[in-house]
Amino acid sequence: MSERTLRGKVAIAGIGETTYYKHGKSPDAEFKLALEAILNACRDAGVDPREVDGFASYGGDRSDGPRLAAALGIHELRFSNMHWGGGGGGVAAAVANAGAAVHSGMANCVIAFRSLAQGQFARYGRGNQAAAIGGDDAFLAPYGLMSPAQRFAMKITRFMTQHGIRHEVLRAIALTSYHHAQTNPRAVMNGRPLDVAKYEDSRWIIEPFHRLFDCCMENDGAAAVLVVPAERARDMPHKPTYLLGAAQGGHHRSAAPVHNAPDYASAHFPTVAKNLWSMAKLGPKDVDVLQAYENFTGGVLLGMIEHGMVSAEEANEFMVPENLRFDTGRLPLNTSGGNLAECYMHGLEMVNEAVRQLRGTASNQVRDPKVSLVIGGPMVTPVSSLILGTEETL
Amino acid sequence: MSTHYLPEGLPAPAQEPIAQPYWEGTRAGKLVIQKCAGCGKHQWGPEWVCHRCHSFDLGWAEVAPRGRIYSWQRPHHPVHPALNGHGPYLIVLVELPGADGVRMVGNLLGDPLQEVAIGAEVEAVFEPHDAATPPYTLVQWRLVE
Ligand SMILES: [Zn+2]
Repeated sequence: MSERTLRGKVAIAGIGETTYYKHGKSPDAEFKLALEAILNACRDAGVDPREVDGFASYGGDRSDGPRLAAALGIHELRFSNMHWGGGGGGVAAAVANAGAAVHSGMANCVIAFRSLAQGQFARYGRGNQAAAIGGDDAFLAPYGLMSPAQRFAMKITRFMTQHGIRHEVLRAIALTSYHHAQTNPRAVMNGRPLDVAKYEDSRWIIEPFHRLFDCCMENDGAAAVLVVPAERARDMPHKPTYLLGAAQGGHHRSAAPVHNAPDYASAHFPTVAKNLWSMAKLGPKDVDVLQAYENFTGGVLLGMIEHGMVSAEEANEFMVPENLRFDTGRLPLNTSGGNLAECYMHGLEMVNEAVRQLRGTASNQVRDPKVSLVIGGPMVTPVSSLILGTEETL
Repeated sequence: MSTHYLPEGLPAPAQEPIAQPYWEGTRAGKLVIQKCAGCGKHQWGPEWVCHRCHSFDLGWAEVAPRGRIYSWQRPHHPVHPALNGHGPYLIVLVELPGADGVRMVGNLLGDPLQEVAIGAEVEAVFEPHDAATPPYTLVQWRLVE
């Protein structure tokens, strides 16, 4: 019986994005941004956009597959897929869902994408404005717990306190993203450097672990990748980037209501990471470059720990900027500037960066990487992550 | 002077049918949560089924209004117009050891700038909003002396 896996079966053959804007600054509508990113990914892959036969997205993307297919004059739509969950928890899952469709023969050429125009639509960091509120929020919002930062802050408080992890660890994550953005011309925070003093002087969003620079931006733009069968990718313009492993979901009752998840102080990756390494037949030590979704810096730390990239015990010592930079680091992290400083495109920009690193075309190019890990939005549920690799890793 | 911890204008809880005994309990100054008639265990927030034994026969029981702080946060940034200019406040996640360790979210009464310790003992304080339509009562927490 053949092994059930996506390892080496599909590849990312094209990547695309729009200009990235500060929130509310896009001159274009969200749907147009999606179209532009998709067309750019097709152009990058040398594929006629009419040949695309599937779309996969997440986070409740408003640009739906059938409308995109109609707008682009696509010949035949064979796969149209939305992954449950808010924010960027599903970023890696959307790429994996595209890959599963291609590998299973349901489709041949699938776009995974995210489009966001927060000027046209609502922002994330604002609470619900309704007079009365139901569901889980009935037990949260009346106490002033309404924003994503507030939903996750108590996970971080408990984890950091219980393990004695210092705030300098979170500061190192923020400094690293901003450092990388200074040499990435696509980054919204290019030309806006961050240093220790500016971080420490920044205002509290939430005590005790969320200063302004621990929180992601909100942006307008779109990004997309094109997924095709591995054998086809070998005949396309770029060096193929193979999907080696992908996993999504959450561990026991991670979506339990009103902050009752049994393993509360978690980014929800323990079982996801186990399944990821198992499919990839790799381990944390094999990773050459890491993109870890920053909604908040605390989530990056938890996600890294749950993937085995660092332990809670060694975090204070290891998590310093020198160890995380693309040029000097033992573990290069968020090499494009990530959600903090390149663009908050719900992590799709991080998949593009992972591909650029493996192609050798990144602005902050790590030396000869072969394995790239992308950890999707942490602390939500479901979460997802994926591993990409070059030809040598097959 | 307001007897409410946070300013007026935040969303009121929609007192949905699934949680009706909880909301009725708070009006009477009692903490009432789901207790499965099948396996006798408590669960929170309200669900349609017991996650342990899959019984739909979810009863309700009054539990001791005592707990300990499981985690906390002090928001500064106003996330709602009603909080503009209000300044920092404290949210706590409280674990109820007397009810199978279920957790509840509320505000910690007292100085919003006080130091907070995970594990500290707290007791419930019922905060009525009688002028609301319909009226409701929130469950707040204060440190046990
Ligand atoms: Zn039961």
